Amino acid sequence: MICLALVLTLVLLCITSLFVGVADLSPAAILSDPAALDLIWTSRGPRTVAVVITGGALAVSGTIMQMIVRNRFVEPMTAGTGQGAALGILLVTLFTPSLPILMKMALATTVALATSTVFLFIVNRLPPTQPMLVPLVGLIYGGIIGAGVLFVAYQADLLQYIDIWMNGEFSGVLQGRYELLWIAAGVAALSYLAADQFAIIGMGRTASVNLGLNYTQVVVVGLLSISVVTALTVVTVGMIPFVGLVVPNIVSRLSGDNLRATLPMTAVSGAALVLASDIVGRLIRYPFEIAVGSVFGVLGAAVFLWLLYAPRRHA
Amino acid sequence: MIEISGVSYRIGGARILDGINLTLPKGGISALIGPNGAGKSTLLSLIARLMPHQTGTITVDNLVVGACPNNTFARKLAILPQASDAAPLLSVRELVGFGRYPYHKGRPSAEDHAKVERALATFGLTDLAARRLDTLSGGQRQRAQVAMTYAQDTDYILLDEPLNNLDIAASRSLMRVLRDLAASQGRTIVIVLHDINYAAAYADLIVAMKGGRIVATGTPDDIVTEAVVREVFETDPKIHRIDGKVIIEV
Ligand SMILES: Nc1ncnc2c1ncn2[C@@H]1O[C@H](COP(=O)(O)OP(=O)(O)OP(=O)(O)O)[C@@H](O)[C@H]1O
Ligand SMILES: [Mg+2]
Repeated sequence: MICLALVLTLVLLCITSLFVGVADLSPAAILSDPAALDLIWTSRGPRTVAVVITGGALAVSGTIMQMIVRNRFVEPMTAGTGQGAALGILLVTLFTPSLPILMKMALATTVALATSTVFLFIVNRLPPTQPMLVPLVGLIYGGIIGAGVLFVAYQADLLQYIDIWMNGEFSGVLQGRYELLWIAAGVAALSYLAADQFAIIGMGRTASVNLGLNYTQVVVVGLLSISVVTALTVVTVGMIPFVGLVVPNIVSRLSGDNLRATLPMTAVSGAALVLASDIVGRLIRYPFEIAVGSVFGVLGAAVFLWLLYAPRRHA
Repeated sequence: MIEISGVSYRIGGARILDGINLTLPKGGISALIGPNGAGKSTLLSLIARLMPHQTGTITVDNLVVGACPNNTFARKLAILPQASDAAPLLSVRELVGFGRYPYHKGRPSAEDHAKVERALATFGLTDLAARRLDTLSGGQRQRAQVAMTYAQDTDYILLDEPLNNLDIAASRSLMRVLRDLAASQGRTIVIVLHDINYAAAYADLIVAMKGGRIVATGTPDDIVTEAVVREVFETDPKIHRIDGKVIIEV
C-alpha cells in the first residue's frame, strides 16, 4: 500500500521534472515539436534519470553503511567515503589523466573503499556505550580528508573541479555525461540480493556468527557497494549529503529494519525526495537554480522532524 | 556429544577459564550453574564459536569448533546469548524468521514459513507476531529471542539464562518445551540457569562452575546438596526433599 503510493509519487515527480526548466516545454508540444522531444532526450530526461538513480542509490548505501557500522547517524557522504572518492578522483586526475574512464573510476572507488575501511576500524575502537561519538568522529574524519583534498587541489590549481565534486547538483547533467550512474544503479540493485545478510550484520556480530554468516565477507561486500555508488555519484553529480542519512531513518522508523522488505521502499523514497528537492530547487528562484543539497537539507529535515514528533502508530 | 578438552581462556592477564575438561552427552538437558563471573557465558560462547578459543579443543559431534564451516555449524548448533544487543527494529515474526536463515540464505521456502509459525505458536507469540520488538515487554522480547533460537532447528541448543524476565508460566512452559525437545527428538540442550530449583527439576545433568573451573558434575540428586551449594555459591540455604523432588530454600 505504502509502496504503491511511493511509486506513484515518484512517477508523478518524474513527469513533472520533464516539464520544469528554463526552456518552456508543455506536454502538448512533445507531439508536435521535434525540438521538444530533443530537449527531453538530451537534457530533461537524463537529468531526471540521474536524480532518480542518485537518490535511490545513495539512500540504499546509507542503509547499508548504518547496518555495517551499527549506528543510525552515519552516511557515506559525511563519514569519509565521499571525501575518499573525491581524493581518489583528484589523484587520478593529477597522476594518470590518460587512463580510460572506467579505470579512473576503479581507482577512485579503491580509495573510497580504503577510507571507509579505516573509518570502520576507528569506529570499532569507540566505546559502544557512546553511540553519538560515531557520527562525530565520522564528521571529523571526513572533514580531515576533505581538507586534504582541498589542499592538494589548491596546490595543483584544480579548485574548480573540486567545487564540482564537493557540491552536488544536477544542472550539468546532459546525455553523454551521466551514464556512469547506471553502474551505480546496477550495484545498488545487486546489493538487494544481500538484503538479508545486511539485516543480520545489523543485529551484531554475535547474531551473525550464530546464523552462520561470514561476517567479514558481508562487511567487505557492503563497503564495496557503498564505495562504488559513492565514487560514481561524486564524479558525475558531486557530493549530496543527508540523503543517505535521512531516508534510511525515515524508512526504518516507519517500517523497521527487515531490509528484504524495506530496501525497495528506501530506494524509491530516496529517489522521490531528491527529485522533489531538485524540482523545488529549479522553481524557487526561477530561472536560477538552488543546489539540490541545500533544498534536500531543508526538505529532509522537515520530513524527519515531522516523523519524530508525529504521534507514534503501533503496527 | 560436546567434548571440551584442555580449554583455558585469558583476557589480558586474567584467567577466565582454567583447564576445562568436560563431556556433555548427546540428548538431554545439561544445566550450567555457578556464581556470577564463574565463566559460564564464556564457556558457552567458546562452544558456539562466538569468540575464537585460545587453547584446547572443542568438538560438537564430529565437528571441530573453529575448523568447521560457519554455516554448517549454524545448522548443528544455535545459541541464545545472555545479553542481547538492543532490540532490532523487526517484528516478532521477522526476528523469528531470521532463525531460518542458515537454511534458506535469503529465500525462505514454504517449509521455512511453516517452521516460523510453529515456533511462534510454541512460545505463545502468535498474537504478538506482527508487533515490533521495541513495543514489547522485556519478557515478551525474551520469548521472541528464544523462539528465534528454536526456529533454527538445530540438534544442539545453547541457552544463556533464557529465563531472564520470564514469568513463572513462561518459564515453566519454556522448560517443558525444552524437556520435550530433548526427550522426543533427542536434542541436546545446554542451559545456564541461576534458579537451582529449575535446574534440579528439569536437568538431566548439572555442571557447577566456579572461578573458571568445573567444581562438580552430576545428576541433580548429586549436585543439589547443601555441601555442594555451599562450596559453589558460598551461601547456606536449606534444601528440602519433598515427594522425591529437591527444593532449595530462598
Ligand atoms: N572483556 C572482558 N574483560 C575482562 N574480563 C572479562 C571480560 N569479559 C568477561 N570477563 C570476566 O570473565 C569472568 C567470567 O565472565 P562470564 O560472563 O563468563 O561469567 P558468567 O559465569 O556468565 O557470569 P553471570 O552469571 O554473571 O552471567 C568474569 O569475572 C568477568 O568479569
Ligand atoms: Mg553469564
